[in-house]
Amino acid sequence: MSGERVADWTKGAPAIVYQSCGACGGVQYFHRAFCAACGAPDPRGQRASGKGVVYAVSLVCRAATPETKAHVPYNILLIDCTEGFRMMAHGEKDLAIGDEVAARFETFAGRLVPYFVRVA
Amino acid sequence: MSFITGVGLTPYGRHDGSSSLDLMSRAAQAAIDDAGLKRAEIDGILCGYSTVSPHIMLATVFAEHFGVRPAYAHAVQVGGATGLAMTMLAHQLVEAGVVRHVLVVAGENRLTGQSRDASIQALAQVGHPDYEVPLGPTIPAYYGLVASRYMHEYGVTEEDLAEFAVLMRAHACTHPGAQFHEPITVADVMASKPVALPLKLLDCCPVSDGGAAFVVSRERTGAAGVKVRGCAQAHTHQHVTAAPALSELGAEIAIARAKEASRLAISDVRYAAVYDSFSVTLAMLLEDLGLAGRGEAAARVRAGWFGRGGEMPLNTHGGLLSYGHCGVGGAMAHLVETHLQMTGRAGNRQVRDASIALLHGDGGVLSSHVSMFLEQVR
Repeated sequence: MSGERVADWTKGAPAIVYQSCGACGGVQYFHRAFCAACGAPDPRGQRASGKGVVYAVSLVCRAATPETKAHVPYNILLIDCTEGFRMMAHGEKDLAIGDEVAARFETFAGRLVPYFVRVA
Repeated sequence: MSFITGVGLTPYGRHDGSSSLDLMSRAAQAAIDDAGLKRAEIDGILCGYSTVSPHIMLATVFAEHFGVRPAYAHAVQVGGATGLAMTMLAHQLVEAGVVRHVLVVAGENRLTGQSRDASIQALAQVGHPDYEVPLGPTIPAYYGLVASRYMHEYGVTEEDLAEFAVLMRAHACTHPGAQFHEPITVADVMASKPVALPLKLLDCCPVSDGGAAFVVSRERTGAAGVKVRGCAQAHTHQHVTAAPALSELGAEIAIARAKEASRLAISDVRYAAVYDSFSVTLAMLLEDLGLAGRGEAAARVRAGWFGRGGEMPLNTHGGLLSYGHCGVGGAMAHLVETHLQMTGRAGNRQVRDASIALLHGDGGVLSSHVSMFLEQVR
């Protein structure tokens, strides 16, 4: 067994965690007990560097819950992370596709979420 | 072989006081009447889901309410692709000899049965519960992400996307059942309230009440014949975070399989009915299906290509964007309109030739795809 799950932002810890497969080398972002590419059990949880490139952006101006409405507008991003997985996150409002970014963490609707800023 | 033997459609918009079952029943009765059948002749029921009135056995709830005792019945859930997925299954059920007449039905009081916030929130749950939903995305945001990437890769502008909303509105203006009848311009779309940029309010389909139904039969029941020529699906992912590259999306896979199944080419198609939850959805799907070159769909709209009198009439009822979107029934209106066109009953919207139609549905965030070819037989 690969041991205990490494805590990440979905569990309230200021970290981005992905899994890598010892059998096929595949990486995945959504946590599973197996590798979705080859089915091998117990892919290893690893902390990501938090570095990546912006793949897509959408500035949310109309939110659906009282908690999220308090934050509009907020920028939702898809980030291609250096380690080879893609993740959804928040980030600076002026980010553009192709920008190199690094992760921080901010509070959104009462929870810790990854927030990407441009690296100079 | 299978035929679409009858269709039924309510107006979309507000139906104050109507439940999902009421709207399903109205559309179902219209479709059965259109097929010239009696209720008792319906031996199969496929239905969609209702976000307003969720139920683990909606097909039998409906069957009991409607007063039929089918030999085969269950619900199907593939998001926006549900209508065509049910049609594909109905086609296969009658072809396999399981049943003779399948009623495919959906309806929902999504506009008046719950608040707009509740609808937006319910639909956002298609996102990943741990890795996406806590970030506060909405369905427009999922598609806004896709739109930003599509615009980036193919040099498409927000004005280009607006053309699709303008076209669907122009078509809706000619259909009395459509939710919206005021013409709009590209400038109106550009000036509409930002929702999830680059998407603005008029780039987004509305929330509607409505119902749609059709009957799929082994033999035709009247003189008009609309045959299911071939269909196919593709499912590449659920969440936008896990979506493949734009050039590897499921629409291209589904259409390739459907062309093979039907032995047809895009050059054979005379009428198109394509899912249009957002302006960008329609633009991307038209290109993925081969109805326009990459990044060129908007230019074809401007040239009148997809108008009623154009080379490839498209969603002549106004689509989800302007006829309206009541959930599963939303995209079923596309098939109802196609049937009316193929049987010469579209009145002031009638196109010259709808002998071969291509229909395409998309569920999730370009996650699930169904492509289908219908053929007019005499």
